[in-house]
Amino acid sequence: MPATASATETSQLTGAQVIVKALQDQGVELIFGYPGGAVLPLYDVLFQQDKIRHILVRHEQAAVHAAEGYARSTGKVGVVLVTSGPGATNTVTGLTDALMDSTPIVCLTGQVPTHMIGNDAFQEADTVGITRPCTKHNYLVKRPEDLARIIHEAFHVARSGRPGPVVVDLPKNIQTGKAPYVGPEAVRLRGYRPRREPDLARVEEAIELLLRAQRPIFYVGGGVINAGPTACTLLTELVRATGAPITLTLMGLGAYPASDPQFLGMLGMHGTYEANMAMYECDLMLAIGARFDDRVTGRLDGFSPRSKKVHVDIDPSSINKNVVVDVPIVGDAELALLAMLDCFRRRANEHDPERLTGWWRQIEKWRAVDSLRFRQESRAIKPQTAIKRLWEKTRDRDVYVTTDVGQHQMWAAQHFKFDKPMRWLTSGGLGTMGFGFPAAIGVQLAHPEATVLCISGDASFVMNMQELSTAIQYRLPVKTFILNNEYMGMVRQWQDFFHGSRRAESYMAALPDFVKLAEAFGAVGLRASRIEELDPVIDAALAADKPVIVDVVVEKMENVYPMIPGGCAHNEIKLSPEDDGPHEPISEEGMVLV
Amino acid sequence: MKANEEEQRHTIVVLVDNEPGVLARVIGLFSGRGYNIDSLTVAEVDKERGLSRINIVTSGTRVVIEQIKALLAKLVPVHKVQDLTVEGPAVERELALVKVVGDRERLIQALRIADFMHARLVDSRPDSLIFEVTGTSDELDAFIALVEPVEVSRAGVVAIARGPKALVPDRG
Ligand SMILES: Cc1ncc(C[n+]2csc(CCOP(=O)(O)OP(=O)(O)O)c2C)c(N)n1
Ligand SMILES: [Mg+2]
Repeated sequence: MPATASATETSQLTGAQVIVKALQDQGVELIFGYPGGAVLPLYDVLFQQDKIRHILVRHEQAAVHAAEGYARSTGKVGVVLVTSGPGATNTVTGLTDALMDSTPIVCLTGQVPTHMIGNDAFQEADTVGITRPCTKHNYLVKRPEDLARIIHEAFHVARSGRPGPVVVDLPKNIQTGKAPYVGPEAVRLRGYRPRREPDLARVEEAIELLLRAQRPIFYVGGGVINAGPTACTLLTELVRATGAPITLTLMGLGAYPASDPQFLGMLGMHGTYEANMAMYECDLMLAIGARFDDRVTGRLDGFSPRSKKVHVDIDPSSINKNVVVDVPIVGDAELALLAMLDCFRRRANEHDPERLTGWWRQIEKWRAVDSLRFRQESRAIKPQTAIKRLWEKTRDRDVYVTTDVGQHQMWAAQHFKFDKPMRWLTSGGLGTMGFGFPAAIGVQLAHPEATVLCISGDASFVMNMQELSTAIQYRLPVKTFILNNEYMGMVRQWQDFFHGSRRAESYMAALPDFVKLAEAFGAVGLRASRIEELDPVIDAALAADKPVIVDVVVEKMENVYPMIPGGCAHNEIKLSPEDDGPHEPISEEGMVLV
Repeated sequence: MKANEEEQRHTIVVLVDNEPGVLARVIGLFSGRGYNIDSLTVAEVDKERGLSRINIVTSGTRVVIEQIKALLAKLVPVHKVQDLTVEGPAVERELALVKVVGDRERLIQALRIADFMHARLVDSRPDSLIFEVTGTSDELDAFIALVEPVEVSRAGVVAIARGPKALVPDRG
């Protein structure tokens, strides 16, 4: 569609042409999708233009994860296009994942023609009904005159405020019939105006507390990464100016440089000893873009019992949800951090860095425990070693890392160090096995020159391995490292700790030969089984200009430490025992937690 | 937060775009998170601007009520959320249709009660009566307890804040 299309020309557009024009006007470069009867008119229009590139995935769930990978590594909206019925229902896991991790997605779904809705027509599903609880908002377009406006609104809602997925359900007759075009300025969301500007009086209060605190800590989450690179720079400036320690959530890794001495590592269930102990003992907690998730807080009545709490969040419903705070600040993290930094600098003469000396002395003692330690003693590869070497060997590269879910995810979070935001993509809120590989595809498409690693598990990888075909088709040199322990390792760990070592269904029998699997798709397959094979195999994988699957055969019974068992407080954190003996029984209350 | 904190009854009014699915969004928010709905009414109140008003009576701890309000305000078609229980005095009314069946003596007894409780007779048969009664939920409860009806149809609570200030959308 030429941009100069006159009024008469645009009035002649079909709905499908209107949709594609709206996508182009929204700056969409890539769509992840899978065709079917109810979206054929849209595919026909996409076929006849070359501004937007369509990426054919092999399963609609993977389309959403790939779009998440694209979105989270660029800050732009990820776009998905699927057919009605099974195409739409297959996106549900991805949409829920994007909702939980605040990822901007616009998902276009085909629908049966408006006059057939409700008839149980072929490939009909109540898509807006099914996706209502797993989207930020959704639409069923029933009138051609609403079409263009709704597409633009979908983008606006997806990217503004706390970002999230938006579904637009598109009946086939809306795509084929004529529809008027309107530009992005037509957005008319009367009630939806997320608050961005923080309340400056509250910011002043927060800084007042900070200037007086003896044991302050910054607790920062993915919200700051969503707020953008400037927010992360401001965060770094503020933390350095105050001299206070900082811990990051799983979703926040990269928001502050991991190599900085003020960084205590990740906190939470598998966070470092120093981060969790500091959260427990602090007298002031500055939570920014974090949501007091149960993986982070542990037992709520034992959560940081003696601290004043400041909470900055764009989402008012995240404040006082799990933990009651003293100073709530609703607003965009970038603007809030800017205001905090201004205020702090204005009052710099009141800041006495000496008062934190005792606090840092205590923190250094906790740090000396070296809670992430592990011993690579035998020739069998420790999973932690694999991650560490991978990090060390890619330090001078432009590197992005995605993961699946399980032990490998936690080891990656602990041992791969990120100095920049948007480089670490993991399924935090939903914990979706199968996220990593399609997400890596989305990242590689957005950053063709970058090194994209997918750190996966033997069980997780199998959940979306069909995407090898996508990676081959688009020549995406994604490097997947499967930490193969022949178990659903995290499940096995919980069974060993809390269920008398009865390993019900957690052994991965009949795993494929991952090397041959890679080769069957036309990718490179490599294997490292002994410690001396690890470095050469990593080198070979990094050198390949094709998709690579590396089967890293690791020690099977390794457990993730430290660990705060369910129902425990931060100061009840368990360190790695010298010998992995039997575990203390967990409380009944803790047993019911997942 | 604390499990033993007391639950309170709140009347919350919500101004929304009158569009398909908006009620499902509001109800889904309650059912999906296990919150109570004690009463719910919806009707269009501004045809020109296409706005509906939802009146919700719910109960929960202070933190849960705050959460409910924040989640309601987050819904895209929601314009305004007002907690009448917190934001000053309000008028609350409910309407019920109440059917009483029985012999002459019973019906006369019911008419007497209706008279002093200001219920209106809207249908009268030799063996049954229907009353229309308007008042606070407590007044309705009291009337119903006294006349021992065979069937009751209640409209749910409608409410509005006292005083000159009006709940209107910001613009548009
Ligand atoms: C879709 C999905 N199903 C089930 C789970 C529960 N679960 C969490 S971790 C895990 C095991 C993962 O095994 P693997 O991918 O081999 O990783 P490992 O823990 O062995 O590193 C399972 C089954 C999940 N997170 N996601
Ligand atoms: Mg495994």
